[in-house]
Amino acid sequence: MMAAFILAFSLLTMLMFFVSYCRSLTASSMHTSLSEEVLDVTGIHAKASANDYTRVVQILQLCPERPEDRSNLQIVDAYYSLLNLVERVFVKLSPAVRNWAQEERAGCAHYAAVALGRRIAFNREMLAEQAEL
Amino acid sequence: MSAGVCFVSISFIRGSFLKYFFLNLYVVLSLLADLLRQYVLNYHGVDSKQYLYAYYYTDCLLTVALFVAVISLASRVFAELHLARYVRVVAVLLLLGTAGFSYAVVAQSTERLATVSFALELSQNLYFVGLVLTYLLWGAVLKLHETRTRLVQMVLALGLYFSAYAGSYALVNLAPKYGVVQYLAPVLGCFLPISWSLTIWRHDEGARLTPARLVAVPR
Repeated sequence: MMAAFILAFSLLTMLMFFVSYCRSLTASSMHTSLSEEVLDVTGIHAKASANDYTRVVQILQLCPERPEDRSNLQIVDAYYSLLNLVERVFVKLSPAVRNWAQEERAGCAHYAAVALGRRIAFNREMLAEQAEL
Repeated sequence: MSAGVCFVSISFIRGSFLKYFFLNLYVVLSLLADLLRQYVLNYHGVDSKQYLYAYYYTDCLLTVALFVAVISLASRVFAELHLARYVRVVAVLLLLGTAGFSYAVVAQSTERLATVSFALELSQNLYFVGLVLTYLLWGAVLKLHETRTRLVQMVLALGLYFSAYAGSYALVNLAPKYGVVQYLAPVLGCFLPISWSLTIWRHDEGARLTPARLVAVPR
């Protein structure tokens, strides 16, 4: 009985902490504006939208990765999948939840676009260093 | 193990080792526990009683260290309200109470007392108490409008870790034949130092965010 209660409470709090943790990751990138270069490459018009995420991640995969980005991107990717599921479930049940999920997905797309900008800059630096050698 | 070394190194590089001393202490202790377990494993084997005791009692020690780490974060959150001392007193009482409760549960059977049941019971209960405390701490972060990015992300990572671990322990108790912990433990063990490392590496002590924007339901 006690174990079942702990399990139920743990699952609920895990979901809550997971959502909040992912939102803290995406919120920390919200202050970073996207460079012209990233906007050009990704085709984002001024502000990332919910459906841009998949395309941005595809471009990200083409770019050599920075090790420090990897784990956070995986977490945001899991969050994006969860939001997709929420959106599908609530598409007819609750438009408010659907809108919230869409806003969150746009946040994930912005996070990925900021990571792409960082990767491009990182690769530029590496190329410049190689050219110097 | 390398994730732990990474966190301690980054803490040193960024000058945060003493600021987050108890988090670093937990990570250092988990490294030492890994070494001890490896040593016992090599000399006595995976099925030995020695390894069983070494595994569960070091796990119990690590849980206590993590509990202290949560309290250190709570002290920082409540420091501005001059409540840090009370937080520590409550934490000690809670720790003693949990140990007493775990002993009372295990003492019902003398057979269980002779095994690692006490360590397992204490770990499970402390994980749950830690989870509740982290949940309350998160509530306090939101209520007190705590904006320090590092603190917020560390509390959230701890909450995620505690809830996953408490859940897996509960699942082991409910269905002992599924060894969830043995698969989850390495993944979760890496998650905490990696997320803390990224937080320390990416954000300065002065970085701020709005925690009210992080809750799923806007307040």
